[in-house]
Amino acid sequence: MAVTTAPSAKGRRRAAGPLFVAPFMVLFVLLFLAPLGYAAYLSLFQERLIGGTAFVGLDNYVKAVQDPLLIHGVGRVALFFVIQVPVMLLLALLFALALDSGLLRLARVIRLGIFVPYAVPSVVAALMWGYLYGPDFGPFAQLSRKLDLPVPGFLSESWMLGSLANIVTWEFVGYNMIILYAALRTIPQELYEAAAMDGAGAWRIAWSVKLPALKPALLLTLLFSVIGSFQLFNEPNLLMKVAPDVISSSYTANLYAYTLAFTGQQVNYAATVSFLLGLVIVIASYAILLTANRRRTP
Amino acid sequence: MNRRLFLTTTGALSLGAALTACGGGDSGGSSTAAKPVSQADIDKAMKTPTELTFWTWVPNIAKEVALFEKKYPAVKVKVVNAGQGTPQYTKLRTALKAGSGAPDLVQIEYQAIPTFTITDSLLDLRPYGASALKGQFVDWTWGQVSGSDGEVWAIPQDTGPMGMLYRQDIFDKHGIEVPGTWDEFAAAARKLHKADPDVYLTNLAANQVAAWHGLLWQAGAKPYVTSGKSDIAISVDDAVSRKLGDYWGGLAKEGVIGVEPDFTDSWYAALNKGKYATWITAAWGPVFLSGSAKATAGKWRAAPLPQWDAAKPSSGNWGGSTTAVIRSTKNPVAAAVFAQFLNSDPASAKMFATEQFFFPATKALLTDPAFVGEKPTFYGGQQVNQVFADIGTTVNSSFQWPPFLDQAATDWTETVGKSLADKTDTARALGTWQTRLTTYAKGQGFTVKGR
Repeated sequence: MAVTTAPSAKGRRRAAGPLFVAPFMVLFVLLFLAPLGYAAYLSLFQERLIGGTAFVGLDNYVKAVQDPLLIHGVGRVALFFVIQVPVMLLLALLFALALDSGLLRLARVIRLGIFVPYAVPSVVAALMWGYLYGPDFGPFAQLSRKLDLPVPGFLSESWMLGSLANIVTWEFVGYNMIILYAALRTIPQELYEAAAMDGAGAWRIAWSVKLPALKPALLLTLLFSVIGSFQLFNEPNLLMKVAPDVISSSYTANLYAYTLAFTGQQVNYAATVSFLLGLVIVIASYAILLTANRRRTP
Repeated sequence: MNRRLFLTTTGALSLGAALTACGGGDSGGSSTAAKPVSQADIDKAMKTPTELTFWTWVPNIAKEVALFEKKYPAVKVKVVNAGQGTPQYTKLRTALKAGSGAPDLVQIEYQAIPTFTITDSLLDLRPYGASALKGQFVDWTWGQVSGSDGEVWAIPQDTGPMGMLYRQDIFDKHGIEVPGTWDEFAAAARKLHKADPDVYLTNLAANQVAAWHGLLWQAGAKPYVTSGKSDIAISVDDAVSRKLGDYWGGLAKEGVIGVEPDFTDSWYAALNKGKYATWITAAWGPVFLSGSAKATAGKWRAAPLPQWDAAKPSSGNWGGSTTAVIRSTKNPVAAAVFAQFLNSDPASAKMFATEQFFFPATKALLTDPAFVGEKPTFYGGQQVNQVFADIGTTVNSSFQWPPFLDQAATDWTETVGKSLADKTDTARALGTWQTRLTTYAKGQGFTVKGR
């Protein structure tokens, strides 16, 4: 009996692997590879309202890399990324360390409080902040008027990127904090004990023990942030309604692709822009991974 | 280049062939309309069990639909709310492109009709007897739903002739007469803002291209003139447009009118708190305002728009919509009959005026004492419907929309609208708008005349 069952069990086990992976692979192909391939295919054509569709080869790509609207959009989100992401991750790190220190009272309430904005859909968040930023009847404006201070121009050209960064930070600090906090909880207690024996205080432990152990988690949050920043869409799209003179339809690269497809009916060019944007994200992510890895290996 | 030209031409040829096959035709110029469907065929179709899908954002339209289903029990109408305005058009365009999932009928605003006829997406309703309805509808609305070869692309449902709502109390307080001309309006704007720096005579929203188009319409502009399928003359910065640009840009620069985006929280608050003494709006405005600025009940009145030439009163239209049949429908007869019944059957048309408070498109309702005689308390008992019914007769009937309205709207917001908000040169912004649209139209294969 044993002799006959052994191979079949092994065989079953061998079959089980692909079977478990299959649902993922099916979805991956259907929802990721197929649209990607379709977009690549679309980007090689040009469809016009008059004259129909024509194969144009790489013409759309040549046009896109010279398109000032696209370049400005990518530049804007790059600037946004450089300023907003460090602030957000630093805040998330501080909150995670504070919660992990066990010194806070009402730690669970605070943890939930910081996380709650993430549960608010970004559309709702943008609407809410649009109201808060309002130059006439927004609470900040009203308060400034009461105090005879100049009304802050949250929705003006020079403040807009900062106002957007504030919304995104508010939304995602809690999410990143949870990732970092979870990573902190996995650090073995022995390390803390050893450090304490060597005479390290709380700050020293945070700096020399916790932070190095957090590196993979930090890298993960950083990668998510790269992708999120370059795909910035909801927040500017909604604030556009309250500040149409500041946020143009090409304010971010993603917004530009959307406008091309649904306003200008230039589906093919939109596919090209999306494809290039995806490429930028891949390159940015890879660059970060590469520098992080180089630092880790001396 | 050669190969591209070849491919483009073949593309155009096959499109032409497809058009001919469909029997539709605005590509040739002197096209032949499809043969009328006989009454016997219509009767047969209406007795065959059918389900129609109808995309509309009209609240509680089930009541009107029930009237139809009572008359034609074999035909069931499935009402779907696929979003209001642009979001619905986006979904529709996607479904049309995908080749499946498009409804049989859609609600469509006047200004969006050419955007869908250019892609041959709408069914000509002439063979189903739609031409006979012409006399029932306000003249200019029929011009809006008609194609260049007399096609009937949709049936009018409601309208928005433009007028002015104003705050009687604020006018009284500052001794301001209701302006009859735009010159008087400008003088009143300066006077009011000087008397009370927190109050503006009006707000011209920097995001509201529809209002701008309506004002162009009033001024007699012809910003978009299409002939044939692929020829278009774009003149959004001609003399008439410049006059408007100088006028509104000037008032915005002086800071005597507001330019804040409309239909936002801040704008609702502004109307409720008396920041603006007038709202330049359309016939749907009175009901909308009475729901959105409850705090100001009884203080508002309605008047026609100020005029450029007081001797020749004229107005434009802002909003209103129609019912159109999608060409891909499998039940063209039932769909066409439904579109006509919904908007021209007296009981159904009246229901739109009394249930949804739409401003009617039929002549019968606009002279119905029960409708025009209404005296809403929000407007101090004034017969507001009568005011707008009178305005409706002054709407110019030859205004045309471009086949790429969404692009025109986005470009307006980023040029002219932006100049109003930023208080920069509006006349120059008109030039930029013209250039951007011309470039776009040429890129889409249109032959652009004029510039």
